[in-house]
Amino acid sequence: MQRKIAIPRELLVDEELMLPGMTSCQGCAAPISMKIALKALGNRTVIVFPACCFCVFQGGYPYSNLKVPVIHCPFETSAVVASGAAAALDVRGEKDTTVMVWAGDGGTFDIGIQALSGAAERNDNILFVCYDNEAYMNTGIQRSSATPMGAWTTTTPAGSLKSEPKKDIEQIMLAHHIAYMATASPAYPDDLYRKFQKARQITGMKFIHLLSACPPGWRIDPADSVRTMRLATQSRVFPIYEVTKQTGAAPGEDTWEYDITVIPEKEVPVSDYLKSQGRFRLMTDDMVMKIQKQADRKWRDLVEKRDATRLSGV
Amino acid sequence: MKKAIKGNHAVSHGVRLSRVGVISAYPITPQTTIVEELSEMCARGEISARFIKVESEHSAMASLIGAATAGARTFTASSGNGLLLMHEVLHWTAGARLPIVMADVNRAVSGVWNIWAEQTDSLAQRDTGWIQIYCESSQELLDGVLMAYRLAEKVMLPVMIAYDAFFLSHTTEIVDIPDADVVDRFLPPYEPPVQLNFDDPRMFGGFFSTDYFYEHRYTVQQASQEALNVYPEVCREFNAHFGRSYDLVETWLTDDADTILVTAGAITSVSRIVIERLRSQGEKVGLMKLRMFRPIPVECWRKVLGNASRVVVIDRNLSVGVGGVFAAEIRSALYASDRHPPVYSAIAGLGGRDVTPEDVEGILHSMKVDDPSPDIPLYWGLKR
Ligand SMILES: Cc1ncc(C[n+]2csc(CCOP(=O)(O)OP(=O)(O)O)c2C)c(N)n1
Ligand code: SF4
Ligand SMILES: [Mg+2]
Repeated sequence: MQRKIAIPRELLVDEELMLPGMTSCQGCAAPISMKIALKALGNRTVIVFPACCFCVFQGGYPYSNLKVPVIHCPFETSAVVASGAAAALDVRGEKDTTVMVWAGDGGTFDIGIQALSGAAERNDNILFVCYDNEAYMNTGIQRSSATPMGAWTTTTPAGSLKSEPKKDIEQIMLAHHIAYMATASPAYPDDLYRKFQKARQITGMKFIHLLSACPPGWRIDPADSVRTMRLATQSRVFPIYEVTKQTGAAPGEDTWEYDITVIPEKEVPVSDYLKSQGRFRLMTDDMVMKIQKQADRKWRDLVEKRDATRLSGV
Repeated sequence: MKKAIKGNHAVSHGVRLSRVGVISAYPITPQTTIVEELSEMCARGEISARFIKVESEHSAMASLIGAATAGARTFTASSGNGLLLMHEVLHWTAGARLPIVMADVNRAVSGVWNIWAEQTDSLAQRDTGWIQIYCESSQELLDGVLMAYRLAEKVMLPVMIAYDAFFLSHTTEIVDIPDADVVDRFLPPYEPPVQLNFDDPRMFGGFFSTDYFYEHRYTVQQASQEALNVYPEVCREFNAHFGRSYDLVETWLTDDADTILVTAGAITSVSRIVIERLRSQGEKVGLMKLRMFRPIPVECWRKVLGNASRVVVIDRNLSVGVGGVFAAEIRSALYASDRHPPVYSAIAGLGGRDVTPEDVEGILHSMKVDDPSPDIPLYWGLKR
């Protein structure tokens, strides 16, 4: 059964803040997400880019394909560069602005995590977006701590596929007691749009974890990019949910409400998702089973948390 | 208003009077009291800045990329290991032409810990594009911060004020703290030449191909050279407002000197005593104190040092594989000049070891009597 996607009107008719002419690969999911995100955020948005694929294909001096101010920064610094920009806009009395970081998984899970943790702990008023293509793509597909178990990359070649599970960045961010944490995927554009709209209205630290297909890195056909990401959610490898802070009546009484915002139209085994990509071609059945178990556990955990927080929330 | 305050406190007053918008810093001995004082000033409402209490020096400097790009006047302070941690971001901030001002309390760095005075930390940043000003007194520190903003915002390069750990950071001196309204006349609010503007969106930084990168680097070099013209102007204006005069270098009794001693930072104060003593004994010695070290005021150095028959440089720093940094750079600055006296190099005071007037006199004496080779540094006071 096909899930009905209600495309918000604004998505179709609003001003485009991302222009054509980018040099990303065909089928790169990251620009799809950016296009939708900017429609939700509007033009009073500053984007901070660390080193990553996006920082390269977004422009190339003297061109920029984004009609919002853009600040490029060193690889490991993006969160705190955004904190500084947000502070300065505040001092200058600029109201109703969003300072958004747009970083890869390397710039988030690995080299950028110190600055990110600092900004999250201080609850700086920024929106940190990680477009997660599960490896260092810009430097030619090397493993990151976001690379899933069993994946081939140029630093986890045949014979030494990645043996460690993906780092759980979502739990790490939630452990910082942040205002809003969500996952999203351009395979579900209506949900993605709504989440950026919601994040825009929240003051404090917001974190959005985007799944982002990368045809050369995932070894898929560019035409299958969105289909593959949909399989990620249908197989529950990448569940789409959000966790929103509910400010308590008294200090120390804040709670966090879980909501699973995309209930997939159908359920598929993780092997469907894994088998669709060349990077998992060499995975053993053992590993597939492990990933299935992890996905099942994560889903059960999410449902439990959703039900529990919903009950207590009302 | 005259007050007895420590060097670090003088810096904090300079920052307060400069009406900065965003401060970001991470504590490290002996810079810590600056961070504490600025936090207090913010808490008391004497400064209306936002103070970002970051988790590292790396983030301190990085946060100012965002803040300065978004149009705020910015400040940070660090020392030793903290400054080294910033290294990549120092190249970035200078290349991005951000007029950040930083105080660096010169502290030793190595593979062992030492928290005391040495200039190797800031000198290791000399290729980053940051303008470097070395200071000798607390008054010079406070005034230096005010002038640094004028200079930085004129040439659009960041400025580092460097001064010795403890000898200056924690020593109490009488400082004339200027009135805020006079400072306001000297230092108007910061107006970035390229604004972060939502109605006219720009890209700051980004990918520069080989077609553009070289030219980009050249503009940074030009801006730095321009600082040599702008700084004396800033000093003149500062003098007109506050009655204290500064210059690219400070000279004392150099006009007729046979031997000119070159120092930077707190060792200068000690050296003054020695110069006075030797002069009274009829020796023709003079003193050149380095103030601006990046960009190098080559012409100025040549003019001051050219007539001497020997130059003696005391370096409280060590570039391993070279020797003293100041001596090496002075030598190369003089090389193409018609008159280039031999430049003798003495390493002294590393890791905060005290350099007394007797040490300075001993160095000068040894250079004269032992007639060492100018190529080999004199490791003064080394226990063998
Ligand atoms: C300090 C530093 N180390 C390494 C690099 C090289 N580098 C640039 S981008 C990149 C990987 C980026 O990976 P990710 O953040 O996942 O973004 P992606 O390119 O995959 O979209 C690396 C290692 C750098 N620019 N800076
Ligand atoms: S390598 Fe991957 S992430 Fe990078 S532009 Fe190509 S598709 Fe996009
Ligand atoms: Mg990546």
